Amino acid sequence: MPIPDRASPALSPPSSEVPEDWRSGGFGLYVHWPFCKAKCPYCDFNSHVSAQVDQSRWRRAFRRALEVEAAQTQGRRLDSIFFGGGTPSLMEPETVALALDSARELWPSAPDLEVTLEANPTSVEAGRFRAYAEAGVNRLSMGVQALNDPDLKALGRQHSAAEAQAAFEVARKIFPRVSFDLIYARQRQSLEDWRKELKLALSMAVDHFSLYQLTIEAGTAFGRLHGLGKLKGLPSADLGADFYDATQEICEAAGLPAYEISNHARPGAECRHNLVYWRYGDYLGVGPGAHGRITSEGRRFATETHRAPELWLAAAERDGIGRLHEEEIAPEDQATEHLIMGLRLAEGLDMARHARLAGRPFDPERVERLESEGFLRREGGRLIATAAGRRTLDAIILELAR
Amino acid sequence: MTELSQIRNFSIVAHIDHGKSTLADRLIQLTGAVSARDMSEQMLDNMDIERERGITIKAQTVRLDYKAKDGRDYVLNLIDTPGHVDFSYEVSRSMKAVEGSLLVVDASQGVEAQTLANVYQAIDAGHEIVPVLNKIDLPAAEPDRVKEQIEDVIGIDASQAIGISAKTGLNIDQVLEAIVERLPPPKGDREAPLKALLVDSWYDAYLGVVVLFRVMDGVIRKGMKIKLISTNANYHVERLGVFRPKMEMMEELGPGEIGFFTAAIKLVRDTRVGDTITEERRPAAAPLSGFKPSLPVVFCGMFPVDAADFEHMRDAIEKLSLNDSSFSHEMETSAALGFGFRCGFLGLLHLEIIRERLEREYDLDLITTAPSVVYKLHMRDGEIIEMHNPADMPDVMKIEFIEEPWIKATIMVPDEYLGSVLKLCQDRRGVQVNLTYAGSRAMATYRLPLSEVVIDFYDKLKSATKGYASFDYGMDGYEEGDLVKMQILVNAEPVDALSVIVHRSQAERRGRGMCEKLKELIPPHMFQVPVQAAIGGRIIARETIRALRKDVLAKCYGGDITRKRKLLDKQKEGKKRMRQFGKVDIPQEAFINALKIDD
Repeated sequence: MPIPDRASPALSPPSSEVPEDWRSGGFGLYVHWPFCKAKCPYCDFNSHVSAQVDQSRWRRAFRRALEVEAAQTQGRRLDSIFFGGGTPSLMEPETVALALDSARELWPSAPDLEVTLEANPTSVEAGRFRAYAEAGVNRLSMGVQALNDPDLKALGRQHSAAEAQAAFEVARKIFPRVSFDLIYARQRQSLEDWRKELKLALSMAVDHFSLYQLTIEAGTAFGRLHGLGKLKGLPSADLGADFYDATQEICEAAGLPAYEISNHARPGAECRHNLVYWRYGDYLGVGPGAHGRITSEGRRFATETHRAPELWLAAAERDGIGRLHEEEIAPEDQATEHLIMGLRLAEGLDMARHARLAGRPFDPERVERLESEGFLRREGGRLIATAAGRRTLDAIILELAR
Repeated sequence: MTELSQIRNFSIVAHIDHGKSTLADRLIQLTGAVSARDMSEQMLDNMDIERERGITIKAQTVRLDYKAKDGRDYVLNLIDTPGHVDFSYEVSRSMKAVEGSLLVVDASQGVEAQTLANVYQAIDAGHEIVPVLNKIDLPAAEPDRVKEQIEDVIGIDASQAIGISAKTGLNIDQVLEAIVERLPPPKGDREAPLKALLVDSWYDAYLGVVVLFRVMDGVIRKGMKIKLISTNANYHVERLGVFRPKMEMMEELGPGEIGFFTAAIKLVRDTRVGDTITEERRPAAAPLSGFKPSLPVVFCGMFPVDAADFEHMRDAIEKLSLNDSSFSHEMETSAALGFGFRCGFLGLLHLEIIRERLEREYDLDLITTAPSVVYKLHMRDGEIIEMHNPADMPDVMKIEFIEEPWIKATIMVPDEYLGSVLKLCQDRRGVQVNLTYAGSRAMATYRLPLSEVVIDFYDKLKSATKGYASFDYGMDGYEEGDLVKMQILVNAEPVDALSVIVHRSQAERRGRGMCEKLKELIPPHMFQVPVQAAIGGRIIARETIRALRKDVLAKCYGGDITRKRKLLDKQKEGKKRMRQFGKVDIPQEAFINALKIDD
């Protein structure tokens, strides 16, 4: 489909009574850095291992892409910027600074603009933390993944547990907010191992972390091994559920309840950028394979860029967008996306907002049934998945969407 | 019209894959009926399904002109008969229309059970039989051993068997000569009143109903007013002709000749295979013997997956039945599956063919329930009820006793697999009638209840013998049995479409098997789902489908939304293919696969 000319002023400004839907979720900018030192066997993100990266060329391409995006999204204020990957802590601090300076110059920023960068906890990368902070990064998200060396090795990680803990200490001194990721239900991990590891993680004085159950994705090394029946020691579906339950129980007791399926924070420390996704706001995706959701003149578009770094780079240099395609999302599909994302949050979703998008409210009988079965509750116009509902959320969403 | 002495009528008897269609193609080619350019593989099998499965469903015929080595011109009529047991009555009528058969046997495989049944039909019809050994060019061919087997098992002289390769065309000329020399010419009286055998009929979109027939006595002419004796209906012959294999119009056909006519007949149903065609003005004194209306023996329910397709399905079924008088249908309603049809078939293959045609030719998505046989219920008040559907079982207190249909099955198998075949037959309540050997192959004859065969007997036989067994059967009367209705309850509610009639001795095993199978087939729900088998009010087996404990994506961020939405749309489609029963979704395959129990 042709890219509509968003630069042209709208003939009639959107009605001031009902603001555009995305405003309930905010506006974020996602920048994708597609390179890694090595590919991890579980990861299905768009990452590439490349010996030589000409970062000055990438800086020019990011600048160009941001300029073009900004020209089409004026009248907005940035709530968040997120550098994801790949491994963004392989970016030269100048590259991060250039992108951040450009973004702040091109859009007005919220006074409490959140700027997150994903980092691997190796000593080399820890050496760049201060420079990132000086460039404007105020939140670091570290890919720790496990707290013992054999498991880190099995996950294909480049760091040791000691190194990760040291890097975390460094980060705590430099950044106002630090989070890290752990993966659980790993090969040969017992429930008791995980309880201990999780308590150790909690003792690291965090206010935010992401705890992901290991998912075997197609197209990864683990996916191939699993397909051949060679990925040994994975927990059964039942044990996987026990891991999840134990995780909720321990984190709640420690005052870090899940505010989203896999994300835990002390109140107020939630990741604002990811909240833009889950609250179904608008976001720009810049860099290879980045996705976006952008509202323009009352229509909402899903955007996606070229996944291959070279292709994106060439396209961005040519027209500044590097966009592979753009597709308008019908209002009922927006309602589905809002449902998929919103119910992941402990705060749930605004039912009136959903009804506006869907053109009709949820089937009251179905909601009542799921409520009586203990999977959902309604509170102040919001629909919220209970603990039991969140654990089987995909089935609940299917019930609500069918 | 052709002199009787210059006519030879024949059929070809062969097992699937032994080369019947290829031989027919070669005969057509060699006599020049079709130029090589127009030849498509397997000329005579018209339907896609026939070609894909390598089987013949409708009788086909071709008239060949052949100049023999004696210098004279002959007319050879080949009727290609259906090769499957489900169509044995149709086969017997085709056999009546010809005087001889080519018995084609794969020289590396030997005689199979299906060949046996058909060759016996040919012998019953008084045929002269010419044995032909096909594929003698293959390294594994053992013509001498196979000749010996033909003599041992079938009891006919095989010393003059012709070794051929239908594929390469080797010795096909010898086959043509043998047809002329060894098969008798037809008999018939040209002056007698018209008497012709209705061999087959089908619906053609352009011509209406086309009738295939063989003239026994008298002459049929274009424009003649004819009568079908069983229905006593009169028609005007509009078109008259023969297949070469393309239609060629003729003015008249006399004794011994095989051809077709059209006569503004509206429904295939009005033309019954085996009926006698005669002239209205001068009718034959007596009809041909052996006519019987076809009776379905296997029944199942068919329901549209999407209830909105019901009207479309009704149209499709009615159109199909125009062309297949042997398949019956009546409307059925099921609490679980909604509106649909109870359909009757000549056998399992017939069932599968009809289902495939409905799905393919009419683009329908169907749920098929487990096949059931026709039970005879002898009621205390003396009434006899024929029950086609287990869901219709009346109050047991009113039933004196129940009879079920039995079959006589012939199974041929290499002796190393005999043990597993005997065990399978025993497990299915079989009674051994005979067991003989021919070389390293055993031939087991068993009586079996048809209900034990209709579900997955053939699949089980194939897997127990690595596909080496061949199997054929004929109906063998009704017998009283200790039969009970078993209900399946899903989440404590009976699902009518899953009810089955079982022998009391098998009830527990079947009940357990069905519950276990349904546990695999029904996906976990957000609550636990008990699956029970019950006889009367008594639970005889139980399984529990455990509640879904965890089902949620670990990661869902900005790049994952589109993917997740598309996955959800797919899952919604998948849900549509399930039937909601109470709070439980049952996938459509469950209704037929629940009975396919792993032993």
